Amino acid sequence: MAAQADITPTDYITHHLTNLRVTVGEGGFWTLNLDSIIMGWAVGLVGLGLIWMVARGATAGVPGRLQSFIEMFFEFVDGTVRDVFPGSRAFLGPLALTIFTWVFMMNLMDLIPIDWVALGSEVVNHHILGNPSHSAYWKAVPSTDLNTTFAMSFSVLFLIIFFSFKAKGAGGFVHELFTAPFGANPLLWIPNFGLNVIELLAKPVSLGMRLFGNMYAGELIFMLLGLLGMLAGLTVGGLLAGGAGILFTWAWAVFHILIILLQAFIFMVLSVVYIAMAQEHH
Amino acid sequence: MNINATLLVQALSFAFLIWFTVKFIWPPLNRAIDERNKRIADGLAAAERGKAALVEAERKGESAMKEARERASGVLGDSEKRGAQIVEEARNEAKAEADRLVAAAREQIASELAKAKTELREQVAALAVAGAEKILQREVDARAHADMLGKLKAQL
Repeated sequence: MAAQADITPTDYITHHLTNLRVTVGEGGFWTLNLDSIIMGWAVGLVGLGLIWMVARGATAGVPGRLQSFIEMFFEFVDGTVRDVFPGSRAFLGPLALTIFTWVFMMNLMDLIPIDWVALGSEVVNHHILGNPSHSAYWKAVPSTDLNTTFAMSFSVLFLIIFFSFKAKGAGGFVHELFTAPFGANPLLWIPNFGLNVIELLAKPVSLGMRLFGNMYAGELIFMLLGLLGMLAGLTVGGLLAGGAGILFTWAWAVFHILIILLQAFIFMVLSVVYIAMAQEHH
Repeated sequence: MNINATLLVQALSFAFLIWFTVKFIWPPLNRAIDERNKRIADGLAAAERGKAALVEAERKGESAMKEARERASGVLGDSEKRGAQIVEEARNEAKAEADRLVAAAREQIASELAKAKTELREQVAALAVAGAEKILQREVDARAHADMLGKLKAQL
């Protein structure tokens, strides 16, 4: 609540960076970020639901505008996967489509002005649910939550291992863990294994951290620009601050359109590349 | 940025969304696009075939036209020849008929003339006899003078 005068910049930032948490059981690790989960489901269902509705009524005849658009998107994803992976796309295709759609939809929430989100959460919490506290946390962008991005990237790690097993068999996979990249000499088993574990883990960590970092930083810049708005007032400095706040927020939002698309694309391509690589024999 | 159980829930959400896409989104879209691609390919092939058929038909039409033109000109020439022939025949026939008619007329004229001459001769002979009778005041015996009368007739 940027509108309230007694809020300090620290309060403002902290408020926007805190998830709506619910503890289950003993707390600690057993805590759920309800906002991430609910927003994740909501945007996932909206994005994939739209595609599903079109896919369900898809005709091979002359497509409508929406179907054309969805098909363009589909062929873009399909083509990207085909460039990376020559085999069957029966699973990798839909996986890439899901990743791109979901990440893009989650990132898209970043373009909703943060103060609107805060205002909305206060209205729901205080006025509709009747909670006495004005302060209701609600982070609208699930991809600014490390839990979401790591959930996806470690799912990708699971798929990497699964497809490695599928392509090479359990023996082949373990064999490669210990003999690649240096060689099959028993003295080299430990270095090989260590390097492979690092390599395997680096993939999901970098994947998750990249998306999280980009979105978190983007959100943070919106907040800092929002702080400029708190300085706005009917003085020369206040007018300047307010004007700059509006102008920079607008400019950053325009730039952010590029970032949210790019991050969705990068996540999709890297996931496909990792899984494709996992099926190659060394 | 503390890791908590949200990670597990989000992983399940992710798995669900992947399953949903694999099951309900990818196949129908893929099918529709593949089928349309096939239709377009078929259409293009059909168009290509149609174009070839058109060229073939044009070629056939051209040759049929040429043949017809040749035949027509042949027919025209024949009929012209035939016409000339008919005219020629008719002319010849007419000429022959005319000749025949003229010849017949001449013959008739000649026979009429001969007849008239014979009649005239008879009459002249009779007149001569009659004249002689008048002069001689007696009957001439035609039989007795037949010789003379015959000579007279021959002279006329």
